[in-house]
Amino acid sequence: MSIIGKLFGSDDTNALVMDEPRPTSFLDGAQDVIGKPINRVEGPLKVAGRAPYAAEYPAERLVYGVLVRATFGRGKLTKVDDTAARALPGVIDVITDYDTFIRSPGQGGATDAPPQGVQDVQYFGEPIAVVVGETFEAARDGAAAVRLEYEEADANFVFAAHKDQGKEPKKDQIPGHSKQGNFEKAFNDAPVQLDVTYTTPSQNSTAMEPHASIAEWRDGTLILHGAYQMVASDQQQLAKALGVSADKVRIIARYVGGGFGSKLGIAPESVAAAVAAKKLGRPVKIVLARQQVYEATVRRSNTEQRIRLGTDANGKIDALSHNSLIANTPYEQYWEPVGVGTHFIYGGENREVNHDLIPMNLTAAGSMRAPGEAVGMMGLECAMDELAEKLGLDPIELRRRNEPAQEPEKQIPFSSRQMIPALEQGAQLFGWSQRKKAGTDRRGEWLYGMGVAAAVRSNQLQKSAAKVTLTTDGRAIVDTDMTDIGTGTYTILAQITAETLGLPLDKVVVHLGDGKAPASSGSGGSWGAGSSGSSVYLACEGIRERLAKSMGVSVEEMTLKDGRAIAQNRAVPVTELIEENLSVTGQIEPGKQEKKFHQASYGAHFCAVKVNAVTGEVRVERMLGVFSAGRILNEKTARSQCLGGMTFGIGAALTEELIHDERSGKVVNRDMAEYHVPVNADVPQLEVHFLSERDIHANPIHAKGIGELGISGAGAAVANAIYNATGVRVRDFPITCDKIIEQLPFDA
Amino acid sequence: MKTFDYQRADTIEAATHANGRFIAGGTNLLDLMKLQVETPERLVDISRLDLNGIEEREDGGLSIGALVPNSDLAADPRVVEKYEVLSRALLAGASGQLRNKASTGGNLLQRTRCYYFYDTASRCNKRAPGSGCDAIGGFNRILAVLGTSEQCIATHPSDMAVAMRALDATIVTQKADGDKRRISIHDFYRLPGDTPQIETVLDAGELITHVELPAPPAGKQVYRKVRDRASYAFALVSVAGVIEVKDGVVASAALAFGGLGPMPWRNPAVEAAIVGRAPSTEAFEAAADALLADAKGYGSNDFKIPLARRTLIATLRDLTA
Repeated sequence: MSIIGKLFGSDDTNALVMDEPRPTSFLDGAQDVIGKPINRVEGPLKVAGRAPYAAEYPAERLVYGVLVRATFGRGKLTKVDDTAARALPGVIDVITDYDTFIRSPGQGGATDAPPQGVQDVQYFGEPIAVVVGETFEAARDGAAAVRLEYEEADANFVFAAHKDQGKEPKKDQIPGHSKQGNFEKAFNDAPVQLDVTYTTPSQNSTAMEPHASIAEWRDGTLILHGAYQMVASDQQQLAKALGVSADKVRIIARYVGGGFGSKLGIAPESVAAAVAAKKLGRPVKIVLARQQVYEATVRRSNTEQRIRLGTDANGKIDALSHNSLIANTPYEQYWEPVGVGTHFIYGGENREVNHDLIPMNLTAAGSMRAPGEAVGMMGLECAMDELAEKLGLDPIELRRRNEPAQEPEKQIPFSSRQMIPALEQGAQLFGWSQRKKAGTDRRGEWLYGMGVAAAVRSNQLQKSAAKVTLTTDGRAIVDTDMTDIGTGTYTILAQITAETLGLPLDKVVVHLGDGKAPASSGSGGSWGAGSSGSSVYLACEGIRERLAKSMGVSVEEMTLKDGRAIAQNRAVPVTELIEENLSVTGQIEPGKQEKKFHQASYGAHFCAVKVNAVTGEVRVERMLGVFSAGRILNEKTARSQCLGGMTFGIGAALTEELIHDERSGKVVNRDMAEYHVPVNADVPQLEVHFLSERDIHANPIHAKGIGELGISGAGAAVANAIYNATGVRVRDFPITCDKIIEQLPFDA
Repeated sequence: MKTFDYQRADTIEAATHANGRFIAGGTNLLDLMKLQVETPERLVDISRLDLNGIEEREDGGLSIGALVPNSDLAADPRVVEKYEVLSRALLAGASGQLRNKASTGGNLLQRTRCYYFYDTASRCNKRAPGSGCDAIGGFNRILAVLGTSEQCIATHPSDMAVAMRALDATIVTQKADGDKRRISIHDFYRLPGDTPQIETVLDAGELITHVELPAPPAGKQVYRKVRDRASYAFALVSVAGVIEVKDGVVASAALAFGGLGPMPWRNPAVEAAIVGRAPSTEAFEAAADALLADAKGYGSNDFKIPLARRTLIATLRDLTA
């Protein structure tokens, strides 16, 4: 295969810039492990407690740190009175380093230090000092004993009162503002118009594992066991924050207990632990309390979305506008790209997608599962439901009529797109034809309804590298700083390696999360599997090339299976083809393909709810999702990703809301008793189906992101089902019972 | 958590003389101690006292040991069969793990879940008397609309206690001087007034040893809880109801409410509105009017007033159907 020959950058590197499609893949191989619903390879370690998370590493002379929070919402610290704290038994030190401590977590992929200078407090709960103790309890008591003196300053705590202060943010994944055609005119001329405003609240990822770091300096190098998603860029953030060179910081994150974006960048505890460890000459562990996770990591910004749709009499969209107000702390650049899916989901000549960012003195906003689509698709897909109702059309038919032949703004082809097939297959599997007219299916106290919504999630490829070593005893060892945040990375990388090298799965060892290993994409934006998976694949491809050469055959004629190379009627153990361990580093980089083809994953959600006519309580009865995301690498872990996304969707629709006190910006509901993620009783049996697909334009393994597809549109399907059950449209999420009964008359 | 002394009591007398805070399951107290919302100097562990039994009484009622775990009480066949409202209320509370650990006596003494009570950086008259109340004028979705004061609008979070109030339970205690008291649950809790930190009539060192239920009431029993998620959430509104209908007329009624007030709420006027009358929408509405006549919302909890009305009326319809 000549294409492979070209790809070798050097003897031990197989690098690929994705400038051309890759029509064939060795993943369609003979070992037959790819795609299979294989259990997580690290599962037994996790359930036996032998998979150490960041806070679980032993260290000699370890001491414990607890962060001290600002107890005011905006102003300048004038004094940190640590007298009482220092007097407590077991307290070693109270460390303030205003200039070095970070105010909020770093953003995903950023390589600069997050904003520093915590003396200038920007939000209630900002970490401003660390108390270190011989025990965790001593440090916690010490933190509670610190007294602060401060001068308060004017602040923005109330979103509704500062809506006029929105400004266009800097272009990121998408531009802050974008326009095409003449929206206003087309909307005004449209025979059918819909103009609705949806709001979504602040949310928190609420990962099971809180943010945690153990910092230890060894010979001038910081070793930090951290709960992080993107090791390579996090090392850079941490080095910059500490003012040391990047090679003096090594982050290790072998197991991470959920991230959902909240652990993309370094969080305040990492810098504080590193500063304290240096000062004290001892390793320092800091684990955020759950209350601090809510208060001092990142939230998903609340949004206000005005959506206007103008169509002809048949429901074909001619004018589309999705304008969003979002918020972040002053000095933070990140903004929630609410309309990212709106750019390409539906056709329409005249369109605008605008975002305006309001500076607020609240916990920083950052990435949370499917930034953009998670909230934007709630607004847009509910608006589409309203439009269908207005037109008297089935919501699936409305989407069929607005299916674009190509990406409607960039006018480029889709690499693959199966949104309408997902809707159609889902409709059949779910029994969509049984849906009744809104508000007409009442049995006793309960109102029954069904809802549908489409799912889209942009696909992204990131630069990623991995080294694979084929050992003389017939094993393959994978080394990359990629992370497994509970998603199944260990397993899919083992499957890719086993399939490409023709090895039984138990002959593959995967090492992740060590910053000394080749730099990967990290986990985020649903790009982890496609990016790091491609790097592992390319490394294995390089090994195949060498094995073929050693065997004296071409790559094409060689089959690898069960540890043997088979070609020309010969079957040779691969161990006989190498004299010493053979290592190849694979590296993938995005290229022209992402400009030539619009890449995204697609799906459809169907939901059945019942709503209590007396109390307004909602119970989700059934939910079904159909998804297409290129090659499915592991049916079980992919399915789990979708189940998790759909569960997030139920939470977003019904229960989750991070509440700030409007007088101080303080997070009011700071624990899992009052920040309501869905519990088992809120989540019925969920059904997930995949459409068969290979995306040859995306990457050499033909897979696209799936981690965030399951949440996209999920909440809208729930909300649309509530409307169908009750005839009540609530446009302010979450749809709690009080908002329903406000509009639902009570027939005493 | 502030440093504290720990003492294990082997007898009720030792416990009442120990001069400390009692701890049994610890499902509420330990969380509050970690946050320094509670800072007892001494914990007296009563979990080994012999107060684990559920006995039938001569009058046909039950005597429930203060240490009986919530899950055991909910599953006791006598409770399931004859005090259904109590079993259902228990199972509507907390989670399986918490119910396994939480005790009967401790459940009665749960502290409020007010967001501001839980955060020492907020003003709270219940936690720090005289400091003020940040819940008034703040976010108060889960807080009270009945029995509040200018000092405090906290709710009592228990489900179990609401059912016990409907069942006319009696709380049996023992004091340090050996005196035993039998306190009707109707007299057990105090309104916040100017002293929201004082929640019950218990004296210092007074230990709940038992809770007595009178003979099972006649009629239908129900516990209905409205909450923000299907499990593991405190009541926005709950109703514990026991109603007997004879000859087409409500012969007796006991109605208690959770999520509305600083204590499990019961108001005789609510029952008086329906007793002696034929079940009807008018009668039910009169009961709701009686319940909510003095209700006062504080902004984000205003919805509890219409929600309580609807929930009560629907519950009465069920109980009299």
